Amino acid sequence: MIAAMFLVVALIALAAWVWARAKAVSLAAGDPSSLHSRPAYHGLYAALWVMLIGWGVLIVLSVASASYTQNTLMNEIGQAAPETLRIERQLILSDARAIAAGTVASKSGPLREDIALRYGTLSQLSFWLVLIGTGAAALAAAAVTLRQITPEWRARNRTERILRYVLMAMAAIAVLTTLGIVLSLIFETLTFFSNIGWRVDKFLFGTTWSPLSGVHSGQMDPNKVGAVPLFAGTFLITLIAMIVAVPVGLFAAIYLSDFASARVRAIVKPMLELLAGIPTVVYGFFAAITVAPFIRNTGESFGLSIASESALAAGVVMGIMIIPFISSLSDDVINSVPQSLRDGSYGLGATKAETMRQVVLPAALPGIVSAILLGISRAVGETMIVVMAAGQGANLTANPLEAVTTVTVQIVALITGDTEASTAAGPAFTLGFTLFCVTLAMNVVALRIVRRYRELYD
Amino acid sequence: MDDVRHLENDVTTQTPKITATGVQIYYADNHAIKDVNVEILDKTVTAFIGPSGCGKSTFLRAINRMNDTIDICRMEGTITLDGQDIYAPGVDPVQLRAKVGMVFQKPNPFPKSIYDNIAYGPRIHGLAASKAELDEIVEKSLRRGAIWDEVKDRLDQPGTGLSGGQQQRLCIARAVATAPEVLLMDEPCSALDPIATEQVEELITELRQNFAVIIVTHSMQQAARVSQKTAYFHLGNLVEYGETGKIFTNPEDPRTENYITGRIG
Repeated sequence: MIAAMFLVVALIALAAWVWARAKAVSLAAGDPSSLHSRPAYHGLYAALWVMLIGWGVLIVLSVASASYTQNTLMNEIGQAAPETLRIERQLILSDARAIAAGTVASKSGPLREDIALRYGTLSQLSFWLVLIGTGAAALAAAAVTLRQITPEWRARNRTERILRYVLMAMAAIAVLTTLGIVLSLIFETLTFFSNIGWRVDKFLFGTTWSPLSGVHSGQMDPNKVGAVPLFAGTFLITLIAMIVAVPVGLFAAIYLSDFASARVRAIVKPMLELLAGIPTVVYGFFAAITVAPFIRNTGESFGLSIASESALAAGVVMGIMIIPFISSLSDDVINSVPQSLRDGSYGLGATKAETMRQVVLPAALPGIVSAILLGISRAVGETMIVVMAAGQGANLTANPLEAVTTVTVQIVALITGDTEASTAAGPAFTLGFTLFCVTLAMNVVALRIVRRYRELYD
Repeated sequence: MDDVRHLENDVTTQTPKITATGVQIYYADNHAIKDVNVEILDKTVTAFIGPSGCGKSTFLRAINRMNDTIDICRMEGTITLDGQDIYAPGVDPVQLRAKVGMVFQKPNPFPKSIYDNIAYGPRIHGLAASKAELDEIVEKSLRRGAIWDEVKDRLDQPGTGLSGGQQQRLCIARAVATAPEVLLMDEPCSALDPIATEQVEELITELRQNFAVIIVTHSMQQAARVSQKTAYFHLGNLVEYGETGKIFTNPEDPRTENYITGRIG
């Protein structure tokens, strides 16, 4: 119903556009320069108002009527069956809805039949309310804007202003969503900390991670929520990944930007970027099924015993995944170093490699550093590869040949595990919040570096 | 080697330094330079003038093989430096560019300190045996670039922080620091104000004592002020080449006369 009304408003807007434009054209009487704004702007102005008012009213009325229906019926159920719990009343209501819609309800009975009838009436009412209200609002907006059209009417400037507010609203949505997520992370984190008696130090510095072991006795054990093994595992795997990704990615970027011929570049660059398009799930089973056994067999032939899930396997594959990020970003940065600097260096008798090392790379350094930091935040937040290839046990070890676990793996384990989500969410959210803080700090540092060097070099 | 050169210079200052014979340059299918023959004299400022797109910069860049860095650029004919073909198979363009320095249209200091900008060339070519020697080269070059007094107290500051005129003089000092024999200047004053231009022009006159200087310019006054020889390029042809005074007062070719008197270009 809402979708249909949405379309109706769009049609009214289209009609308003055509009509307003036609009116402006006829006002111009063959002399377009007599109008302050071009006819298309008059049309756009009318259409924008119709859409803003129409969709706005549609959303407000739908939400309001739905919640009115809900509240009224819940009250009526409460009066008819005062002894029921709130959750039972909700069940009755959803059954009544199912009956009204003619689908299968979990139970039937006289109360449910009655409520279904009431529901039918009320939803009928709200249907007409939304239909008429929205239609009237959209038409009114069209009528008002159409009346306003005169040769002097500044539709162009006003359209501009409306568009500015629309853009602002979109930006606000993005920012507010982020804010909401962060706030909920903070809230859940605080709840978790209060559950362990505010022993934040136990979480940050404890070395035993088994957060759900005390849940069945109703109490989380502050001695078993030490996240250090997870931080250490994340750090180890990220380190291995960067050891693989930074040299390969950076040197590939240098080759592609300054040493490769145009033909090689045209072929190799898209192929490298294809690597970024491989789903991480594929990398994950590649790590678990191909790389990890390979490493184990190689190790065995040297007499080393290597766990079948090792930090090395996960880290190496994650590094491969990050190569295109580093190479693509670095390539852009290196290419944006002005040709005049290269010419200056060649003109002094420097070779390509000398020019690259002493002129181009220093000039591109801030961009490269931020590319690397972005790569690190990818690695820290990467989940699928480590879930499949790194292991679950919270070992505290610096040996890359053993299984380790990471922050992201433990979040997955908590949320997908058997324990009820609301209980497991505490530690999961707290880990998520920690992850968020680390990534944020990294991005801030990256921005700082870029800004400081830009002041120096531009 | 230096001594030998000095002796030669004493004998005659008018020896041809660079000789171009039958030079043709193509950018893909575009014939940019058509059969240019020219002799550039040592210890002389030679000005290349001509309308935009006439090929003077292209020809300039052929003299230190900067066109090699452009994939689609192709050259025929020979250019010799001191009688040696610079396009011969055994010649290393990187070595050549150390001998034939270049200053560009837009000042392009490296994102390094003023000191490191000047020291860049000497370090690459190993011209200084010690830190003290390098310091000396840097100071001498900055003095020759007529910028020493302005920067001597802030050699560790980035070269990019200087004003446009200072940057260009820094770039000239940087080119001088590698002890080249020829200095190519591609419109070195086009981004500068009149005061900075005057300083650079004084510098060019002074540099002439040691180098052959070739300057591409759009300013006829500048060509008349600084050069002893002038070459007029038109549509890829070298139309006229001779004494600057003669070119500007009594040109032989009507195209040169039209350009100089402002009827074209």
